[in-house]
Amino acid sequence: MTHKPGYYSQFGGAFIPEILAATFEELCAAFEGAKADPTFWAEYERLMRSYSCRPTPITFAENLTRHFGGPRIYVKREDLNHTGAHKANNVMGQGLLVRRMGKRRVIAETGAGQHGVATATMAAKFGFECTIYMGEVDVERQRPNVFWMERLGAKVVPVTEGSRTLKDAINEAFRDWVSNMDTTHYVLGTACGPHPFPEMVAWFQSIIGSEARRQILEEAGQLPKRVYACVGGGSNAMGIFSGFFDEPGVELVGVEAGGLGLKTGQHAARLSGGDASVGVAQGYRTYFLQDEDGQMRETHSVAAGLDYVGVSPILSHYKDNGRVRFESATDAEVVEALALTVKKEGLIPALESSHAFAQAFKEAPSLGSDQVLLINQSGRGDKDIFTVADAFDDPAWKDFIKRKAAHYEAP
Amino acid sequence: MKLLDYIQEQRKKREILLMTHIVVGYPNLTQSLELVDAMVEAGVDLMELQIPFSEPIADGPVILHANQEALKGGVRVDDCFEFAEKVAKRHPIPFLFMSYYNVLFRRGIERFVTRAAAAGVVGAIVPDCPPEEADDYVMAMRRKQLAPVFIFSPSTPDARLAKIGAAGDGFVYAVARKGVTGSDTEFSDDLAGYLARCRRATSLPLAVGFGLRARKDVSFLRGKADIAVVGTESLRLLKSGGVSAVGRFLSDLRG
Repeated sequence: MTHKPGYYSQFGGAFIPEILAATFEELCAAFEGAKADPTFWAEYERLMRSYSCRPTPITFAENLTRHFGGPRIYVKREDLNHTGAHKANNVMGQGLLVRRMGKRRVIAETGAGQHGVATATMAAKFGFECTIYMGEVDVERQRPNVFWMERLGAKVVPVTEGSRTLKDAINEAFRDWVSNMDTTHYVLGTACGPHPFPEMVAWFQSIIGSEARRQILEEAGQLPKRVYACVGGGSNAMGIFSGFFDEPGVELVGVEAGGLGLKTGQHAARLSGGDASVGVAQGYRTYFLQDEDGQMRETHSVAAGLDYVGVSPILSHYKDNGRVRFESATDAEVVEALALTVKKEGLIPALESSHAFAQAFKEAPSLGSDQVLLINQSGRGDKDIFTVADAFDDPAWKDFIKRKAAHYEAP
Repeated sequence: MKLLDYIQEQRKKREILLMTHIVVGYPNLTQSLELVDAMVEAGVDLMELQIPFSEPIADGPVILHANQEALKGGVRVDDCFEFAEKVAKRHPIPFLFMSYYNVLFRRGIERFVTRAAAAGVVGAIVPDCPPEEADDYVMAMRRKQLAPVFIFSPSTPDARLAKIGAAGDGFVYAVARKGVTGSDTEFSDDLAGYLARCRRATSLPLAVGFGLRARKDVSFLRGKADIAVVGTESLRLLKSGGVSAVGRFLSDLRG
């Protein structure tokens, strides 16, 4: 599939400042060494078993299945990871790699805050120093995650330049890294960025897909007709899809943030809309939401973890060769899907993951009851309580916040 | 005018040349032009014109901010070409574009380079395009006789220095230290040792930048490099003292 290392057809590469060339060489060597060493993966699985509840189960969503009257719907429960999302898989894996490289400090970018919390947790466990870069807008949206990162001992740096979201946090993390690469590893949170990150992150996340394939055969007795995953950077999608790439009968569906609607320009649909074009930024070549001059555009999503301008180069490759179908779900559809899932199943998917649910719900009525759907619940939604309460316009919640604020202001 | 010939010619007259940098359109196009005029007046030998980009990962806070302000002010890539054309006509010194790869890529490498050549620009510095990814870019530049300038860093091993030197033209830009533009640099024995390694790796002239801000920094480079690069410090002075402060600072740098 590649014609040169780190490329997936025309996508990927390593467009990095010269100062990082030696660091990337070291990282590539450490990664290759880890891949070639069977004890590394065994140690990774052991760690994830004892620290992060792996293997995470798949859950048969009986009530949703009955509600739609079509295919049997199964949910892969990445929300049950320690720290509440699939991000833990990548972070703990990179933590083992950092230890192997003998570095003592980790840095990371975060959008929704899940990757930041996961990295801060890993740093606490492994005894690394930790700095997290987070766009100022996201700091506002995800205050509870900031609180936990700080409790875990991480320094959280709000990024005030640019659009003050995920892409700007990535830029700042790179700026830190070019100054401190001797001691520091950059724990990139998704299957993006310069080689070897897309491949490395996809490798750690492939634990989702290999479990899911085995589990769905056991539980449902057949392969799924379709597999749904939300796509921000693309790591949870790469993770679950990887268990099914070799099964031509399994349709893989990546769901992007449709925001206020594809026609409004207020979205983050890079692969499912017509607004993105191929570019090179943040160290790699992929589809970006950019203008005619190559300047990155503002994006929008109700889910902080999905409003990124680029996307995994591996997914861009699968977009072009047709192996993955890309769709989008709007903010409104997503909130509705979340409400239905909570009510029918007692599951609380993150707003990010709810995109996958929303698309599956749109398609379920057209499939037969002899078929199986698999949805990746990449994270849990408790973290989104402020955003979700706003979306539901919950009066009791608003009163609670007002009373709480009054309590803080009281002398 | 070929960049390498010009540098070699100038070096016969002066021990160390001076290259400065502006972000086109910061704080606006009119002041950018005044700034170029003042820099040339102050005796600089060559200049980088940075085309602003929304994701300038190799730049520190000062230049990052200038990029963002320029974009906010509405500067387009076409404005930068027109600006380059104007200053290249007005002044006898060589101008290079500095930008990030996406600015070239989005326009089409070939189209970008053709337009740059037509504007009278003589070379380019693209810090996120290492030689491994640069085949199309280097070919396009060479076809138009423009110099693709590559970058050395203190962490670059000797064999790679040689490879980078061979890929480029005009000169090689040696960054003086780790990090991004605009922080302090220690002008030390370590730096001298690194510059000696750079010298051995290439026959191209050496430009040294990142953190130069005083006459003693430029003096340190005499005999060790061919071009001293001043970037962020001019921007800082522009903010605090305006165009005239930048001019005075630059006139004074070489003593």
